[in-house]
Amino acid sequence: MLPPFQLEQTISTLVREDWGRIMAALVSSFNDWQLAEDVLQDAVEQAVILWQKDGLPDSPAAWLITTAKRKAIDHFRRTTRFTELEPNLTYQIELENANANEEFDIDSAIPDKRLELIFTCCHPALDQKTQVALTLRTLGGLTTEEIANAFLDKHQTMAQRLARAKKKIAAAQIPFEVPETDKLQERLSAVLSVIYLIFNEGYAATSGKQITRSDLADEAIRLTRIIMQLLPDQSEVAGLLSLLLLHDSRRFTRQDKNGQMISLEHQNRSTWDVSKIEEGTELLKHTLAKQQIGAYQLQAAISAIHAEAATWEETDWPQIVALYELLYKTQPSYVIRINQAVATSHAYSVESALKMLKELEGEKSIQTYQPFFAARADLNLRVGDKVSAKKDFEKAIELSDNEPQIAFLRQRLNNL
Amino acid sequence: MQYICLIYSAENAGPKPGTPEFGTMLQAYQKFTQDVQDKGLFVAGDALQPVSTATTVTTENGKVEITDGPFAETKETLGGYYILDCKSLDEAIEQAAKIPTAEHGRIEVRPVMVFDD
Repeated sequence: MLPPFQLEQTISTLVREDWGRIMAALVSSFNDWQLAEDVLQDAVEQAVILWQKDGLPDSPAAWLITTAKRKAIDHFRRTTRFTELEPNLTYQIELENANANEEFDIDSAIPDKRLELIFTCCHPALDQKTQVALTLRTLGGLTTEEIANAFLDKHQTMAQRLARAKKKIAAAQIPFEVPETDKLQERLSAVLSVIYLIFNEGYAATSGKQITRSDLADEAIRLTRIIMQLLPDQSEVAGLLSLLLLHDSRRFTRQDKNGQMISLEHQNRSTWDVSKIEEGTELLKHTLAKQQIGAYQLQAAISAIHAEAATWEETDWPQIVALYELLYKTQPSYVIRINQAVATSHAYSVESALKMLKELEGEKSIQTYQPFFAARADLNLRVGDKVSAKKDFEKAIELSDNEPQIAFLRQRLNNL
Repeated sequence: MQYICLIYSAENAGPKPGTPEFGTMLQAYQKFTQDVQDKGLFVAGDALQPVSTATTVTTENGKVEITDGPFAETKETLGGYYILDCKSLDEAIEQAAKIPTAEHGRIEVRPVMVFDD
C-alpha cells in the first residue's frame, strides 16, 4: 500500500482525470447539474477516506460513478422524481456492478458525454467568463476555490457565478447536446475561445505577479486533447492544440529568475521544450495537409516558424508576414496588423512597418491598446526617433497592469 | 416549456407608420405569427399600444398610487410579446431571432416559471 501522502495525491489525480467524464454521465442520466456535482463531490470525499484505509479499488472510476448514482437515488427517494428515474438508474447500477468484477473499461461502461457537457458549458446564452468557470469546474474538475484564485476573484463571487449558471441551465432548459451540423462550427469556435482564454490566463496573466500560472495552461492543453479525441475531424481543434503546445514550449524561458519578462529575441532557445515543439509541429503538418485552414492553424504556423529558427536572426520573417496576411483575411483585426507590422520591420524595413501602424491610428479602441504603443516604441527607437519612442514607452507603461511587463518596459525606457 | 419573448425597441427606431417599410414589417409579423402557429409553438402574442398610453400602479399601506407613464426615459420600451412553447432554449432563440423587431430592437427571452402542485 502507498504511504498516505502519496496515496492522497494519487487519488486526487485519478479524480481529476475522470471527473469530467463522470460529471457528463451523471448530468446526462438525471439532467440536474447541481445534484450531479453534489453527489460526485460526496462520493469523492467518501473515497478519500475509504481508499486511504482499504487501498484503491480495481476501478476507481466505476466505484465513483456507482457511489454517486446511489447517492442520487437516495436523493430521489426523498423527492417525487424517484418513480420517474428509478428503473433507469437501478438498471445502470446493476450493469456497472456486473462489470465491476471483470476488467472495468470506462469506454464501454460509461457513455462519453463530455462533448455534450462542454458545448453546454460554452453555450452562448451564458457569458464568457461563466463559460470559462463552468468548463473548469465541470469538465476540468477544478474546485471553485481554485478557479476563483486563478481568476483573482473572491471565492464567494465565483461560487455565486457558478450557482447562477447551473440555475439558468436548468430553468431556461439549455439543451445538453452536441449542436447540429449547421451550428457546429460557430458553437465549436466558442468552445475553442474558452480554452484559448483559459490558456492565456495561465500563460500571460493580465494582472498579478506571476506571468505563468502554469496549472491553467496545463489544464487548457488537457481539455484540448479531450476535445480533439472527441472531434478528430475538426482541423481547428488540432490547430489550437498545436498552437498551445508551441507557445507552452517557451514557458520556462519567458522570464528570468527575478520574474522579469524576456522577449523572444533574447530568449535562450536551447531551453525551449523540444518535445512540445516536436509534438506541436508534427500535429500542425498533419492538420495543414487536410486543407481546412483556420485562424488557430495559422497562428500555430507562425509559432512553428519561430520554434524552427535556431537563432532570432535566422527567423523566416517574410513567411511570417505572409501568414499574418492570411490570418488578417480570416480575422480582420488591428491586433493582427500590429503583429504583421513588427514582422515586416524584420523582413523588409522599419519604415514600412511604421507606415502600417500609422494607418491604424484612426481605429477607435487603439488608444487604450497597450501592445500598439509597445510595438511602436520599439520601431521608433530602431529608426533613431528617441523622442517618439519615449512617449510611446510611457504610454505603454501607463496602459499595462502586468508587473513583469511594466518592469520590462521601464527598463527599456531607462536605457534610452 | 414556455418562453416569453419580450420585444423591446426605441420608440423612434424602426420603420415609421405610413411608410412602405412599415407595411413590410407588419406583413413580416403576420407571417411570423402564422409560422409559429403552424409549428404548434404559439401560445399567445400581442402588440402593445405605445408607452405614452401607459399607467403605473403601486400600493402603499393599502393606498393606491397612480402615475401617468412611465414616460420613455429609458431608451427602449416594451412593444409586444410572444409566448412560445419550445423544447429548449435553443429553439426559443431560433424563433426569437425571426421576430421582425430583432433587426432594430432586441428580444429578451425568458422561461415562464412553472410552480409545482
